[in-house]
Amino acid sequence: MARMKFLCDAERCIHCSGCVTACKNEHEVPWGINRRRVVTLNDGKPGQRSLSVACMHCSDAPCMAVCPVDCFYQTNDGIVLHNKDLCIGCGYCFYACPFGAPQYPSTGNFGGRGKMDKCTFCSGGPEEDHSKAELEKYGRNRIAEGKLPLCAEMCATKALLAGDGDMVSTIYRERVMARGFGSGAAGWSHAYGKKG
Amino acid sequence: MRWTTFLALLMMVAGFWAGYGLEPALAASSDGDVPTAAQSGQVTLPDTWRAIRQGEPGFIAGQPQDRGVLIQSEGETWRAARNGKLTWYAGLALVGVSLAIGAFYLIRGKIMIEGGPSGRMILRFNRIERIGHWLTAGSFLVLGVTGLNIMFGRWLLEPIIGKTLFSWLTWAGKWLHNLSGFVFIAGLVVIFALWAKDNLWDRYDWGWIMHGGGLLKMGDHPPAAKFNFGQKTQFWMVIVVGSLVASTGVSLLFPFTFAQLHGMQVMQLIHAGLAVVMVLFILGHIYIGTVGMEGASTAVTTGYVDLEWAREHHSVWVEEVEGKQTKPAE
Repeated sequence: MARMKFLCDAERCIHCSGCVTACKNEHEVPWGINRRRVVTLNDGKPGQRSLSVACMHCSDAPCMAVCPVDCFYQTNDGIVLHNKDLCIGCGYCFYACPFGAPQYPSTGNFGGRGKMDKCTFCSGGPEEDHSKAELEKYGRNRIAEGKLPLCAEMCATKALLAGDGDMVSTIYRERVMARGFGSGAAGWSHAYGKKG
Repeated sequence: MRWTTFLALLMMVAGFWAGYGLEPALAASSDGDVPTAAQSGQVTLPDTWRAIRQGEPGFIAGQPQDRGVLIQSEGETWRAARNGKLTWYAGLALVGVSLAIGAFYLIRGKIMIEGGPSGRMILRFNRIERIGHWLTAGSFLVLGVTGLNIMFGRWLLEPIIGKTLFSWLTWAGKWLHNLSGFVFIAGLVVIFALWAKDNLWDRYDWGWIMHGGGLLKMGDHPPAAKFNFGQKTQFWMVIVVGSLVASTGVSLLFPFTFAQLHGMQVMQLIHAGLAVVMVLFILGHIYIGTVGMEGASTAVTTGYVDLEWAREHHSVWVEEVEGKQTKPAE
């Protein structure tokens, strides 16, 4: 069984934010919410790198573990989804998530956060596939159409990869070999005593 | 003239291309690859990955700056504490204390008025005192039940009643919890103003402690003023722990106003942990005020208690009250 994964190639991401825009448009994400974001480290300095991040669809998902109403579930492909009808907007998944994926439509006080929203790996939610309810609550369901997430599909430099974890890692491994320098992996320069 | 200029330009361009062609990075990528950071010859350094792993924020455009943190490991710590030690020890303590109270009831039984009810009632708590008690107590019952539901409901209640009904109940419970928090704070203020002076250490307290409050032996009634040492402990526990639970609760009610993400994680742990401590104390309080002792509960319902009950448990207070009542007659 496939295990769906995102991978962002730091050697390729150019911080165009095309993934953020593609996602926001495809799913008509509410105002103030971006399911995906691009972060730049060492901005304007040598060694500047950008990475695109959204829900990482963890195998042992912290959001799922802490939810007081147990509204999360994991598909057979390892995609972490949630049921907005059950969500009470308590904010616990936001406390627990290492990647800052869960967001709420309202930042209103008094615990009135509204229903949590996050990346669905373009696979909708518990509603019937392609139904109006699914579109309104979770966005489009590309997985049910046999397509992969739009953010990765639209990535201009193919920095963002999405799909079966085995295939994603195969593509990345081939890139690392073809680059002819280092691996881009943590620890390379320490292990081999050279930078790049 | 004109074509020599053109030739010179052409040579410059050619020279540029020739020189650029010597760059190994570009020579390696000739198959229409997109030139990106990979061609800069500078690989992402381990320090960058380490910084990301340790939660160093980067620059983010068009979104709140606090979303520039790629990985916040504190979330995992919070999860481990909240789903692990907190829930586990809280559950053990709640079961343990409930069993202990049950065992106490079986061994000691209901503490009766030994002289029998005298039939003469005296006023123990006036209307304002009773309102203060029920502002705190009523809201605490709601807060306690809805709060424990957030902590344990998923494992205890949801498997029985199903996800939909449980989600609805918990949603309603969250709102009740949020609203009754303010009632609880009002109650704290009222009871502090009314009873703080009666809950200071006095000369009868040491004797009360030495007698174990008279709880263990029949016929043992150490003297006490309006409140005995046990009640004083309960009072200051409610004031101190209650204030901490209330203040952490308010900071969670208004996200990002008093604390940021990591602050709120800590606040939640303090809030839940201390709230359980408070529930444990209040379990004892409710027991001794209702099924554990004859004649106690009317103090906070009608406000009146039996004179014989008062003489046994608050002898000094009875003398004070009767002294006051007889004074005008003198």
